[in-house]
Amino acid sequence: MTDLTRTPTKTSPKRPFFFRRGPMENIATVLIATGFLMLFQPFALVLYTYSLVTLLAGTVMFIIVSKFPE
Amino acid sequence: MATPAPIARRVRGLSDRAIAWAFIAPAITLLLAINIFPLLWAIYLSFTNYRANRPNAVVEGVGLRNYQRVLTDPDIWQAMQTTAHFVFWTIVLQTVIGFALAYLIDRKFRGHAFWTTIILIPMMLSPAVVGNFWRFLYEPQIGLFAYAASMVTGIPTSEIRMLGDVSLAPWAIIIVDTWMWTPYVMLICLAGLRSIPDYIYEAAEVDRASSWRQFWSITVPMALPFIMLAVLFRGIENFKMFDMVTLLTGGGPGSVTEVASITLKRAAFESWATGRASAFAIILFVAVFGLANIYVKALNKVKQR
Repeated sequence: MTDLTRTPTKTSPKRPFFFRRGPMENIATVLIATGFLMLFQPFALVLYTYSLVTLLAGTVMFIIVSKFPE
Repeated sequence: MATPAPIARRVRGLSDRAIAWAFIAPAITLLLAINIFPLLWAIYLSFTNYRANRPNAVVEGVGLRNYQRVLTDPDIWQAMQTTAHFVFWTIVLQTVIGFALAYLIDRKFRGHAFWTTIILIPMMLSPAVVGNFWRFLYEPQIGLFAYAASMVTGIPTSEIRMLGDVSLAPWAIIIVDTWMWTPYVMLICLAGLRSIPDYIYEAAEVDRASSWRQFWSITVPMALPFIMLAVLFRGIENFKMFDMVTLLTGGGPGSVTEVASITLKRAAFESWATGRASAFAIILFVAVFGLANIYVKALNKVKQR
């Protein structure tokens, strides 16, 4: 059977970006990694100060988006 | 003959679901009492001015002030850097040496079981014992470590003050932790290496792959999930490292080996700033929890390959 005769399969409509698990999980991962580096870096106190907010945002986001369907 | 379904599902009035709950209830109760409740309580305390040495004093909410103090304190920032230095080097050394030992033991040479047992001994000792006898080993005048280091470097033993020297003290703790916990990493890596089927190496031999190629294309990728697990376990443990540092240096000289857990203990039980210590503990928890989340995600990806 060639591609021309194959019946086209129905694809579900794409979810909006903010409800897609893959990219949102990646953003959360980057936030956590950034927060973690900010917490332990030796260069600037201000980065250390804002590390918890970054870490918390990433962690909460990760917990939420990991419940989204694939 | 199989038991009819309704009878199997309901024995003496208890459904399957009820029996399952009865079995897991003690574990869940313990988990709630020992882990979940203290965590929630610490979160609550981190927003108050509670002091454990004044249990009858009025407890007032202070909002985010405890977090603000912890996150703007240069001493705590310094303790975080000390912790990062300690965690990074212990994990690097333990992973490299542990994997190398596992690779050697996996060769199954004569007496490999005996040597495996010998290598595992440090892991079985109590940290209190290890801390005390390494203190003796590090003694500048009588210590075996100082004596051996003096033989190698030519520096007089009295000048090799591992626990008293600002630049050597962090490494003294790293050496002890590596000595004690490398066997643990080795054991996990060995499980990974033993799980690789022989036929894969045989197929590689048929394809005339070199030993070097076999190592990088078969051994490392297939043992990687195990190595990552070992790193995760050791990373979490080392963030909480307290006993060994207390026994060896107590955070000194000065505050050069004062890791986060020592600072936390001082805030909680010397300054009795329980609220601030709780805020600090929650910050550490969020850091380790967040990192563990992305680490498990990476681990699953490696497993799926």
